[in-house]
Amino acid sequence: METTAVAADTKWWNGGKSPFNVEYGKLMMWYFLMSDSFTFGAFLISYGTVRFSSNGWPNPNEVFRSYPGAGEGVHAPLVFVSIMTFILIMSSVTMVLAVHAGHERNKKAVITYLAWTILGGLAFLSCQAWEWNHLHHEGAWWGRNPFPNADGTGASTNFTNFFFTITGFHGFHVFSGVVINIIMLIMAATDTFEKKGHYLMIEKAGLYWHFVDLVWVFVFTCFYLL
Amino acid sequence: MEHTHAGEIAHDSHGGGTKEIWRTFWILLVLTIVELILGYILIGVHGTGGRLALKGAIIILMLAKAFYIVAYFMHLKSEIRNLIMTIIVPLALLIWAIIAFLYDGNSFKDNRNTYDAYKRDRSHIQSTDTKADEKGKSGEKRTGAME
Repeated sequence: METTAVAADTKWWNGGKSPFNVEYGKLMMWYFLMSDSFTFGAFLISYGTVRFSSNGWPNPNEVFRSYPGAGEGVHAPLVFVSIMTFILIMSSVTMVLAVHAGHERNKKAVITYLAWTILGGLAFLSCQAWEWNHLHHEGAWWGRNPFPNADGTGASTNFTNFFFTITGFHGFHVFSGVVINIIMLIMAATDTFEKKGHYLMIEKAGLYWHFVDLVWVFVFTCFYLL
Repeated sequence: MEHTHAGEIAHDSHGGGTKEIWRTFWILLVLTIVELILGYILIGVHGTGGRLALKGAIIILMLAKAFYIVAYFMHLKSEIRNLIMTIIVPLALLIWAIIAFLYDGNSFKDNRNTYDAYKRDRSHIQSTDTKADEKGKSGEKRTGAME
């Protein structure tokens, strides 16, 4: 369980200790996240492959150009998605601050920062719900694509299919992360970690939450910028 | 990036304190803002070379952001080499996958444009009504089925 101090000449593979110098749960979280990055990698690569194999593709700046409260003819590309990106980065910061507070066994700070992280996650999900709803009203859904290609030619439904599948899968990860963080908040508030003597569980939840942010960096770039 | 934490690892295996967290936050924020500025510039650029250069720059910034999140928020930089390698090395497979699949997609397009006249001509038909689906007249518009 205890991670040992690292000496330069430690023989990691001689047995008797973890060659990775972390507890079991954290190592397994890392492996899970690695496998999950293959899932997202496969999604994004298939999106790229189909896009490379198409003669035309919708212009994201024409598709994602609105924000809540804006009128019909508004043309504000990248505005709303930059707010979403900022929210997720901010919630990543509060999460890492919660992990940091956990190391100092500062229960009050852990609870405060976890609450902020949950709030950030919920804000992000609300933004995504609004965007999906908005696009759905414009006629976009799985199997339906009202947006023409950038050159004005008729588009296939590949664009919407990939958009809703990949952002949906990411949104599902955000939702799971919020649920995990709520459980962490309850456990911290009910002194579960105090009784255990450590807050290492927060660290694992933190790894998952940062991964969600990490995936958004890629999804955001691939769908909204490129 | 040139800071080495080798000295700190021995007594603190979890990276720096809140100072490092906020430093990483500012770096991520600046990278994101630069990315967005490049995205705005990209809207007005229509030349193939210019678009490619801007997209390349955006991808480099994206990878830099990924590095900062993994290295400092997920503290992977402060873990021992064994753990870093067991996570990073398998992910190298994705480099092959990106090159192989995107190349394949591109050559599929080229082959189809060369040998499949029907598909090629179909992809030149203009979309007449951009909101046809909304009005329930999607039949009047050439919306592609799955290609």
